[in-house]
Amino acid sequence: MIDLSDVTKRYDDFTALHDVSLHVPAGSLTALLGPSGSGKSTLLRVIAGLEAPDSGTVSIDGEDATRVPARRRGVGFVFQHYAAFKHMTVRANVAFGLKVRRRAKADVRARVDELLALVHLDGLADRYPSQLSGGQRQRMALARALAPGPRVLLLDEPFGALDAQVREELRVWLRRLHEEVHVTTVFVTHDQEEAMDVAEQVAVISEGRIQQVGTPRDLYEHPANDFVMGFIGPVTRLGDTVVRPHDVAIVDEPGPGTREALVERVAHLSFEVRVELTLDDGRDVWVQLTRAQAAELELEPGQIVWIRPSYSNAGAFQAAGSALSVAT
Amino acid sequence: MRVSRGMRLSLRTIALGYLLLLLALPVGFVFYKTFDKGLGAVWDALTSDNAISAIKLTLLMVAVAVPLNTAFGVLAALVIVRGRVRGKALLNALIDLPFAVSPVVVGLALYLLYGRQGWFGSWLLDHGIQVIFSTPGMILATVFVSLPFVVREVIPVLREIGTGQEEAAATLGASAWQTFWRITLPAIRWGVLYGVVLTTARALGEFGAVSVVSGKILGSTDTLPVYVQNRFEAFDLTGAYAASAMLALIALATLLLMTKLQPKEART
Amino acid sequence: MGIVTLYLSVIVLLPLAAVFAKAGEHGLSAGWDVITSKEALSTLELTLVVSLVVTAINAVIGTVIAWVLVRDRFPGQGIVNAIIDLPFALPTIVAGLTLLTLYGSRGPFGFSVAYTRIGVAVALLFVTLPFVVRTVQPVLMELDPEAEEAAASLGAGSFTIVRRIILPNLVPAILAGVALSFARAIGEFGSVVLISGNLPFKTEVTSVYIFGQIESGGVSGAAAVAVVLLLVALLVLTGINLLSRWSLRHAR
Repeated sequence: MIDLSDVTKRYDDFTALHDVSLHVPAGSLTALLGPSGSGKSTLLRVIAGLEAPDSGTVSIDGEDATRVPARRRGVGFVFQHYAAFKHMTVRANVAFGLKVRRRAKADVRARVDELLALVHLDGLADRYPSQLSGGQRQRMALARALAPGPRVLLLDEPFGALDAQVREELRVWLRRLHEEVHVTTVFVTHDQEEAMDVAEQVAVISEGRIQQVGTPRDLYEHPANDFVMGFIGPVTRLGDTVVRPHDVAIVDEPGPGTREALVERVAHLSFEVRVELTLDDGRDVWVQLTRAQAAELELEPGQIVWIRPSYSNAGAFQAAGSALSVAT
Repeated sequence: MRVSRGMRLSLRTIALGYLLLLLALPVGFVFYKTFDKGLGAVWDALTSDNAISAIKLTLLMVAVAVPLNTAFGVLAALVIVRGRVRGKALLNALIDLPFAVSPVVVGLALYLLYGRQGWFGSWLLDHGIQVIFSTPGMILATVFVSLPFVVREVIPVLREIGTGQEEAAATLGASAWQTFWRITLPAIRWGVLYGVVLTTARALGEFGAVSVVSGKILGSTDTLPVYVQNRFEAFDLTGAYAASAMLALIALATLLLMTKLQPKEART
Repeated sequence: MGIVTLYLSVIVLLPLAAVFAKAGEHGLSAGWDVITSKEALSTLELTLVVSLVVTAINAVIGTVIAWVLVRDRFPGQGIVNAIIDLPFALPTIVAGLTLLTLYGSRGPFGFSVAYTRIGVAVALLFVTLPFVVRTVQPVLMELDPEAEEAAASLGAGSFTIVRRIILPNLVPAILAGVALSFARAIGEFGSVVLISGNLPFKTEVTSVYIFGQIESGGVSGAAAVAVVLLLVALLVLTGINLLSRWSLRHAR
């Protein structure tokens, strides 16, 4: 497990991390999710020991690791651009962590074979990284990081440099790998779909501060603030309230809590139908309907309708100012 | 941009013509004159005692200067690119100084330091160490003029490969030395090699600085380039041409190596 | 860092400091007297003027050669490209000898440039050939042909395209090559020493003068003149460095 306590990191006059505290349960798969520049990579590097915090502590498996250099922390790190040792074969890459610890040759060979089989690269052991595809290189990087048996596995936007299809395959693959290997794993991403799909626990980070930590469902249904709500899923604004577009009901007649709106456009996008409307105050709003709902309503551009928030089990917020109040 | 055929041909002619007159013809002509008297004469000239001692001395210069400057070069490049110390920019600028200094001034400077009335000269002579007019002084001159090459070639390569691999090695448990030896050095090896070739060529060919500090005593403090001048002034044209031809052949071999190594350097 | 600084200091900085110290040994006025002696002044004048002329020629021909190497295609181009570095690889004394052999009094041509200022210029042209070519080449290779195509589609003729699109991008590189070429030319010794004959007040360059002063014992005078050469070289190098950085920013 990993425990971060009040970690602050500054670069000249820019503060990358403000008093960040985080608990990562042992054996879990956690995502650090945030936009570019949010400090998520910095946080990961602080955990790894590649950066030293200006204040605060890092502890791994209960031991204080704040002053321990990276090479002794027992962390495996996977880089976005693989950081493959280009002049070594795949086998030599994976064996590196063991070779520098001077393990016996036979042991090294056995362990490398084991890992290459795990990541499905067995036939490619004697190739060079330049001869592998992006996805294969990243799997090699994973095998390499796991070879010395680290207590913690850290991945920095591991699929960022790959094609969409490869990314999807590797996502599935990472989850399965975690189920087999069960090492405490933290990965950094800016892709909320990836985080929600893969992780057991997601920590949303923005501007150097943790905004919320929870399961994907928690974050979606009970966002702690506007930012999290907007980042985790789609939102649309109804006056002062921020709602999920699929939590808006369209009706033909005015009623309690409804507002008048003009249908601008109805777009049929695969399984969802997107309706763009203009409110009476001139502001734009969009609503997401299922095909069934849309068919029932028979909406046309130019039609006047009435809309109101409809709540399943989501909360909506007063978007104005910093007040966080749940409107029910 | 479409250049008219006439323009293209004129430019080509100008460029090639210039190169022919300035580079190719002179060098070619020297080879012609060298072998004009026949292979035997050339062989005799090159195997004379003085020639052999000049060759040996030149090789000694190279054997000392190149490893020293290579070690310095790699170290300095690491400091400039990866180091977190102040004064890196100054260091970077100072390393280029040997390019700006005339060889004769280099010789003068060493003479002022280690000559009889020099800053260290008298102390060294008292302890039986002679620097000027002897081999150590010539070595120092050679090291001075060939200093920047390895650094200059390694710095861009180091910048290009980035810190990713080194950080990966650290997380895998490698010590600083292990990282350097197993990861960094192999990654920069073509840049180092290219720098070594340039350093060697420069060390071999140094004339002005060595001239000043060597005292030009035939047979004991002549390097091959100084030997060329020596033979010329003694009207031994065959000897001068023979030594020149040998140096020119080495230069051409250097060019060949440079061409072979350059694309590899660019690739890493 | 420590080792690096120590090595650099011992090998480079200390010797150079000694030159400066010696130059001022008998006071600034004594040094000034030597520098302004007739012979020294004439060598300085010759050296600076010839170096300037040579550098100007290099700026032009170097760019032409770079152009031909990058934008033209002909058999043997690779060999020509390699030959450019010959002056770097060849010892200066050998360069001087080869030029003397071909263009000197015993050469196959009717004329001789030995003992003339032209001979000095030829020698300097030889050793400084690669500088401008090698600084301009990579920039030419990087040039985006689309900018030129856009200009052509807007009606610009070749000459205009060269003047307004291509040259401005090349100027910083040409300047860098010019600086290196000039700094090398003023200090050049080995290639000049044979072909020029070193006739005082006619073909004696400053480096030869310094050499002569060392041999005849006028060491502090030699140091004074050496300081002048050093300062000029440093001035030119830093000056052009700043100039090219300014023009780079300006071009953006």
